[in-house]
Amino acid sequence: MTVNFPTALILIFGGLLLPFFNGWARKFWAVCVPIFSLIHLLVIPLGSFGIISFLDYSLVTFRVDKLSLLFGYVFLIAAFINAIYAMHSKDLIQQVATFVYAGSAIGAVFAGDLLTLFVFWELTAVSSVILIWARRTNKAYASGLRYLITHLLSGMLLLLGTIFYVKSKGTIDFTAMNLDQPGVTLIFIAFGVKCAFPLLHNWMHDAYPEATDIGTVALSVFSTKLGIYALARGFSGTEILIIIGAVMATFPIFYAVIENDLRRVLTYSLNNQLGFMVVGIGIGTELAINGAVAHAFAHIIYKSLLFMSMGAVLLRVGTVNGSDLGGLYKSMPWTTGFCIVGAASISAFPLFSGFVAKSMIMSAALYQDHILVWLVLLFASAGVFHHAGIKIPFFAFFAHDSGIRCKEAPTNMLVAMAIAAAFCIGIGCFPGMLYSLLPYPVSYEPYTTSHVLSQLQLLVFSALAFAVLMRNGIYPPELKSVNLDSDWLYRKILKRILIQLNEKSFSIYESTCLFIRIQLFLLYKKIRHHHHPAGLLARNWPTSSMVLWVALMLASYLIIYFFQLNP
Amino acid sequence: MSEKKYIFDSAKNVTTFYKALWLLGILLIIGDLIIHRHEELKLAEIFGFYGIYGFVGCVILVLVAKVLRKIVMRDEEYYDR
Repeated sequence: MTVNFPTALILIFGGLLLPFFNGWARKFWAVCVPIFSLIHLLVIPLGSFGIISFLDYSLVTFRVDKLSLLFGYVFLIAAFINAIYAMHSKDLIQQVATFVYAGSAIGAVFAGDLLTLFVFWELTAVSSVILIWARRTNKAYASGLRYLITHLLSGMLLLLGTIFYVKSKGTIDFTAMNLDQPGVTLIFIAFGVKCAFPLLHNWMHDAYPEATDIGTVALSVFSTKLGIYALARGFSGTEILIIIGAVMATFPIFYAVIENDLRRVLTYSLNNQLGFMVVGIGIGTELAINGAVAHAFAHIIYKSLLFMSMGAVLLRVGTVNGSDLGGLYKSMPWTTGFCIVGAASISAFPLFSGFVAKSMIMSAALYQDHILVWLVLLFASAGVFHHAGIKIPFFAFFAHDSGIRCKEAPTNMLVAMAIAAAFCIGIGCFPGMLYSLLPYPVSYEPYTTSHVLSQLQLLVFSALAFAVLMRNGIYPPELKSVNLDSDWLYRKILKRILIQLNEKSFSIYESTCLFIRIQLFLLYKKIRHHHHPAGLLARNWPTSSMVLWVALMLASYLIIYFFQLNP
Repeated sequence: MSEKKYIFDSAKNVTTFYKALWLLGILLIIGDLIIHRHEELKLAEIFGFYGIYGFVGCVILVLVAKVLRKIVMRDEEYYDR
């Protein structure tokens, strides 16, 4: 039996089979599918498979190399953890959608050509929106629509860019690209939407917090990292990415400080972490690319751990607003512990996964003399600890006691969080395993005395800043509110313009209709003037007058004839 | 029947935790005197650079965020109107 078929098919068809199982069999199957897929990835050799010829081009539906494998592994680990996390749920459509979504993301990562990439790109959009709509609220429905439109537009840009690119280059292979080539800018923007570039970012902060408790965990894994993968494949070493990434790493943290919905705080820190990866890809040296993809790997796991802990709170308490929570460590001690592991990892504490990955990007920036960028990233590192590392656990589980006493998270959720936490600590303590998966050989040593000391100083003093501001009442309190972001442009301004245009166009329509009706009426009157029963052309003539006319015609004929004979 | 007392219910424990954090910070800064950090960037070799940068950075972050809140914060139903 050949194994050279895309792994994506196992996940997609495995997911579509879920409705045929019931009860425990369904739960068992949901856990088996990612394991089968992982085994498939482990036995597949490097190379290009599943080649289909289409028009004059050959499509490579399954290209296996080190870069795609790394993303494939981590996507499957996340899908596995997610399957356990979602085990208590009876929402079948959500479970199926998660598998199709994970499968299409993996399909996109292993796509060797731009057309296959496009097909899976669109499939991730269509399948993931179900996870938002599954919340079944009006807000989630509206958010999901905005999310879908943004992602389908990104797909359209990718397709349009591909058409121009293929026409000029004569090949459809997805390899490194240059922004000077025709169509490539469109592809770059399409990738930028998925990576949540500044001003293209708001779909994430809009939609992720509106999805279900389990849906957001899956959402946080695939779409944005697919974008990061695509950038790493197509645009490594593209200078402009350094600036874009540095902006991405900083501006969301200001929003994170004042945001009340803790899952939205996590999306802002997700945006900030993507910024680090984008900087790494922009620098483009071997160390930087290694750092970017290692960070993506570590990030997927600790970010889903953080979203899982907030999902558990949402399930048990019904809200994740910082203003309503507090003191939950009494009721949910295990969830608190796992959340803190996730927080330590995202903050890059030594012995946790963020530390061994992020430092590669930071060092790469310094080696290439990007000192300003390095300072910005250092600020962003302190900031991410401040808002994700401290704020999330603090306002949810500690702070003032909200008086909420609830049950601990369901066992399956705790198991999923425990596995993710084990990965976070495992990668942090034994980085060699992750390093061996990276696309380039690694000679980087994260655990030097200087590095550990400097990182601890940075983090402890960031924590002190939080504590001092908190105790002195300077820290902004959690308030029920909405913070305007770039979505204001289309949710307010564009809406207003469209409403006005609608009103204007209605009045234009009205007056055009009136004009046409008047013209038609005038025409009708003119026709009627001659053709109405008594009109000149329609009235009934008496026979006598006809005889008179005939007689006159004959007489005139005679007269003319007479003159013709005698000229 | 009084409810079980938890660790952070007493203000004393919170203050102890806070003081311990300061102690840890000071120890780490002293660490700079004992260990000479090797840095790619000369600027970062300044005594206590990372501690100062982290502290000042976070205070600025919060102060700027407070100003940002004045500009961008709206009530919850803002978009529904």
